[in-house]
Amino acid sequence: MKKIKNRDFNFIVGLILAMIVIIPALIGTVWTPYDTEAMNSSLKLAGSSLSHPFGCDNFGRDILSRIMSGSSTTLLIGIGTVFIGAVAGTLIGALTGYYGGLVDDIFMRFNDVMFSFPSLLLALVFVAVMGSGRIQLLLALGLAFIPSYVRIVRAEYVRARNLDYVKSAKLAGASDMRVMFVHILPNILKVLMNSILIGFNNAVLAEAGLSFLGIGVQPPAASLGRMLADSQTYLFNRPGIAIAPGLTLIIMVLGISLVGKSKTITEI
Amino acid sequence: MANILEVKDVHVSFLEERRTIFDKRNRIEVLKGINMTIGEGEIVGLVGESGCGKSTLAKVILGLIKPDSGEVIHGSVHPQMIFQDPYSSLNPSKTVRFILEEPLKNMTDAGPEERLKKATERLKQAGLDEKYLTHKPSELSGGQRQRVCIAESLMMDPKLLIADEPVSALDVTIQAQILKLLDDLQENLGLSILFISHDLRVVYQLCDRVMVMRGGLIVEEGEIDEVYRNPKHEYTKQLLIASGII
Amino acid sequence: MLLHVEDLNIEFHDHIIPETVVYDFDLDMEEGEIVGLVGESGSGKSMSALAIAGLLSRHDAKKRGSIVFEGIDILNCPRETLRGLQGDEISMIFQEPMTSLNPVKKIGWQVEEAMRIHRQATPEQRKARAIEVLTHVDLPDPERVYNSYPHQLSGGMRQRVMIAAAMINTPKLLIADEPTTALDVTVQAEIVKLLKRINKQHKTAILFISHDLSLIRQLCQRVLVMKGGYVVESGPVEEIFESPKEEYTRHLIESIPKVEL
Repeated sequence: MKKIKNRDFNFIVGLILAMIVIIPALIGTVWTPYDTEAMNSSLKLAGSSLSHPFGCDNFGRDILSRIMSGSSTTLLIGIGTVFIGAVAGTLIGALTGYYGGLVDDIFMRFNDVMFSFPSLLLALVFVAVMGSGRIQLLLALGLAFIPSYVRIVRAEYVRARNLDYVKSAKLAGASDMRVMFVHILPNILKVLMNSILIGFNNAVLAEAGLSFLGIGVQPPAASLGRMLADSQTYLFNRPGIAIAPGLTLIIMVLGISLVGKSKTITEI
Repeated sequence: MANILEVKDVHVSFLEERRTIFDKRNRIEVLKGINMTIGEGEIVGLVGESGCGKSTLAKVILGLIKPDSGEVIHGSVHPQMIFQDPYSSLNPSKTVRFILEEPLKNMTDAGPEERLKKATERLKQAGLDEKYLTHKPSELSGGQRQRVCIAESLMMDPKLLIADEPVSALDVTIQAQILKLLDDLQENLGLSILFISHDLRVVYQLCDRVMVMRGGLIVEEGEIDEVYRNPKHEYTKQLLIASGII
Repeated sequence: MLLHVEDLNIEFHDHIIPETVVYDFDLDMEEGEIVGLVGESGSGKSMSALAIAGLLSRHDAKKRGSIVFEGIDILNCPRETLRGLQGDEISMIFQEPMTSLNPVKKIGWQVEEAMRIHRQATPEQRKARAIEVLTHVDLPDPERVYNSYPHQLSGGMRQRVMIAAAMINTPKLLIADEPTTALDVTVQAEIVKLLKRINKQHKTAILFISHDLSLIRQLCQRVLVMKGGYVVESGPVEEIFESPKEEYTRHLIESIPKVEL
């Protein structure tokens, strides 16, 4: 990794914000203050106290513990989805955009068909076929997000393949793979990075939506989306239950957006 | 004088771009039987207006396009090309060093020190200090970029260089420097250059021989002084008049 | 006097440090005169021209000095007054005829635009006038050109269309920013000839901006040489060619490839 650019506050602030969420999430995968699924009716809807800083939810479960484990689930799904979508989308987009021709035509028509469904609906179909659960949800969202990446990456490759520096790379004896991934790819990272960020946010929101519909993360397991969905019944008498996971989500998305838009990442 | 390049009766045609899958695609003939030779150490000008097929001919010679019929016989390996627009011909995300070393990485088994040594040497020959090795193209001016392109084209010790309008995007003072550089390189390295341009004055300054192209055919060719003094073809005459030469 | 520019300074503020691109620019133009503005990229010649045409917005650039066109102060007059001049008394054509025409509008519509804005006329009168100017710029079959789209025309034809559109209200001043640079040499010569004829017939003054001194020599009576934001030398074209006073001008002239047969 290269050096942080001089005075790149976006990067520094973004990193700090992201770490505020990511570090507890990482700890949450191995240790949480309380069992995330243990219910305690005497602590039902308890306010914040020294032993339960964020209070407890409607089943008397410790909210801090659930956020720690829930944000790791949400992060996993967000990152995993973007990873599947971006890697597969870049591969397909690069190949079809660079070579063009019949394969491109067929792939793009197929892509258009996929595009005509909302990605949330696609994810729903995949979940229905594969069954629900964390990994299935991740795969479903990842697959559903591929078409949008294909389209973006393909457009960039179509534009780049006629530029002189690509011809000049071919004259320097570079193989097609090398031209595609060593020469062209770094030049489209900026565009790709932007769509990855938007994609990450969309994935986190999609996870919340699917969990809300009852086909995402299954209760009693926690995820930020699940917690937000559960809290809405108590929004007026105990807003803290919604505010804690909501703020976590905001900080996480904001931090990652800032990092992604910073000079250090985008300036090549 | 041995020939470094021989082009024999080359025909090239393209299919029209299709907008929808039902469009009929017509064949457009771009090169209609090109014959030409370039001798060792010769600088040959190729003039013609946009759309006459001169850039297509360059790509055929470089092997980037396969001709429908006819053949291209090279007397050397690795002919190289210099492009018109120094802003799009250098990869903006790579350093000058990466760009220069790329041909050696792909086509030779030279080690890192050897590659760096050669890159430095070629960059100096192109008139740039070695400190520019670590620069990215965005930090260079148009003239400097064109020098990097020239250095890059020299990395594989080509015998033949194809320059496609290498100075038409540059300011006139920079243009003069780059022309001088090409002339020097020809002399010092014994290069042959096919110099493609629409500017008859620039061609006169650099070239020994000139070919005039129109509509996919070479309509006139000969020693540059002879052609400019006594143009045989009506089109050559028009070009010379328009350039204010005759 | 048609145009009087005095002490024009142009400063940009888009970075934190203000950057001056034109210093102390002076220019006087009489009616029907052709003046050349020559310089290399970054010399400030296009910026000066844009300022004269009133196209540098007050947000982008800070301008000092004065530009007076027929008694109207271009730098300080109200937006409305400026808009009344643009396309009517002052017109401009650009280097890239590909991008200066709107790809989704028919040629006829684009040529008529300035007339639609500035003149009261029926659609029939407008069309008759458009056909007239299209004929005047030597476009073959003007009726067909009138009904075509930009992509159906060649680069040279598009530049003629641009000139026709600029001339529809017979302006007093035509600013031409490198109008021939993107064109082939034979087309270039024809466009220069056309500009000369327009100047003679309509007494339209032309400010011709180019990096090509040999073109300026063919067309202009007077020339200003710019470098790094300053006008380094100015005077009659032949005088400057015969005996340039500045080292830079000499260098520019020497850089033109010579053909001695």
